[in-house]
Amino acid sequence: MSGARVALWRPWARRREALPGFGLAMGLTLAILCLVVLIPLSAVFAMSAGMGWERFVAVGFEPRVMAAYRLSFGGALLAAAINGLAGLVVAWVLVRYDFPGRRMIDAMVDLPFALPTAVAGIALTTLYAPTGWLGGLLEPWGIKVAYTPVGVVVAMVFIGLPFVVRTVEPVLEELDDELEEAAESLGASRWQTVRMVIVPAILPALTTGMALAFARGVGEYGSVIFIAGNLPGISEIAPLLIVTRLEQYDTAGATAIATVMLVLSFVLLLLINLLQRWRAARHTAD
Amino acid sequence: MPPHRRPVTEPRWMRVTLCLLALGFLTLFLALPLAAVLGQALARGVEPFAAALVTPDTMAAIRLTLLTAAIAVPLNLVFGLAAAWAIAKFRFPLRGLLVTLIDLPFSVSPVVSGLIYVLMFGLQGWLGPTLAAHGIKIIFAVPGIVLATIFVTLPFVARELIPLMEAQGREEEEAAIVLGAGGWRTFLLVTLPNIKWGLLYGVLLCNARAMGEFGAVSVVSGHIRGMTTTIPLHVEILYNEYDFVGAFAVASLLALLALVTLAAKTFLEWVHRDELAAHTR
Repeated sequence: MSGARVALWRPWARRREALPGFGLAMGLTLAILCLVVLIPLSAVFAMSAGMGWERFVAVGFEPRVMAAYRLSFGGALLAAAINGLAGLVVAWVLVRYDFPGRRMIDAMVDLPFALPTAVAGIALTTLYAPTGWLGGLLEPWGIKVAYTPVGVVVAMVFIGLPFVVRTVEPVLEELDDELEEAAESLGASRWQTVRMVIVPAILPALTTGMALAFARGVGEYGSVIFIAGNLPGISEIAPLLIVTRLEQYDTAGATAIATVMLVLSFVLLLLINLLQRWRAARHTAD
Repeated sequence: MPPHRRPVTEPRWMRVTLCLLALGFLTLFLALPLAAVLGQALARGVEPFAAALVTPDTMAAIRLTLLTAAIAVPLNLVFGLAAAWAIAKFRFPLRGLLVTLIDLPFSVSPVVSGLIYVLMFGLQGWLGPTLAAHGIKIIFAVPGIVLATIFVTLPFVARELIPLMEAQGREEEEAAIVLGAGGWRTFLLVTLPNIKWGLLYGVLLCNARAMGEFGAVSVVSGHIRGMTTTIPLHVEILYNEYDFVGAFAVASLLALLALVTLAAKTFLEWVHRDELAAHTR
């Protein structure tokens, strides 16, 4: 009976599709995706295109904006490198060694994902301010973290940490013991085994994690703006400059910077997809 | 699950050194910031801490945050279920592209996520003049805050459910349909019980982000005290007014939310590991 009804109501429905609901689910998905994501995002590009190339370059690449890009991208790159090293050590220790509280510490690694960025921002600022617990320790050595570009990197390291640990951990877990045993029995030293067997196996995951941390750091706002000090040309990040331009009613300026950042995040997304494909290929090749 | 004993490992001094390095790094970047929030909130004792939490502006911020989450989370739940049903149970052209598009909000800077709605609905935006003529306010008002929150949280439920439902296949649903169950009945009685833990996991993360979002909401909010400030924005206002006890007291609410989310998430990962997709990839 229901078959007859389907045929009456939707004569175009394909008979061999046994599961219902594709049309409804797909319609809902596309409608929400278009209304919430695609149409608003296209507004940025449409506004930029309407600006004309010369004006776009003039407001999107002026010296103050260039300095902000340099800090956002340079800082995120440095933070990703630090996270690559520190995240690898953390993942290694959490996967390979046993010590009291290991599971709780493992769970805490996700804190930067769960803690709202504004809270992270004021907490880090308080720690590294000259009067803070860590800032006070560093001051006698003449090291200033809060309200300098160093502070920007500190915030980006915080926000990017889980990406590296969480992408490297599963690969380290799945690594076959026999590979290491074989290397050992063939006379390799521990260091040689690590360098020539383990590192190549986890390299795709490590690179992916660093790329994800980099992408997050470039666009990060909440955790950075409190600790940065936001001096134009020195410690002002690109997302903050978008906000500043908006507050000055300079919509064109904000849109141009946003367009540059969007294009860059799309390129990064593509790169991360390629990296993941490399990872998958490496996985099947093994 | 404790790590299984490996036959080959590093010398003892190396293991100890690496452990200390990792723990030192995590203390510096995880434990100390958390301790700083609680320490600053309680710096002058319990009373100023409690007083900061019950001011009218704080209560208004809490109400707005709860309202925003109450709209954004169910909407994302519906979106996530619909997207996962279409993507995981069916094959169609450009399926991979659709998955990438759903993940898009994660790779957009929060500030840009707010800006796009200003460009759509702001006074200088596409629809702004039309809306203003009809007296509808979206930017610098609650609807803008809700929209920006929906944008930044959109992928959470979908990205949790898609791999999970894909791994479960469609045999069970097909069997139910063949046996005469309707589409909704099949979904409620067959699909939903299979994905409930994954769904809860996605909702949990979605909710944490919805309540804690700062950048995107900051751009569209207009920062009108007691009117368009969510909890994170209220923290910023108090901090910029040098009311550090107040700022950290309100921030400790959000830190508590983060800790509860982490605990619930970890619990789900331990107890229902097999029914979650996050760790099978």
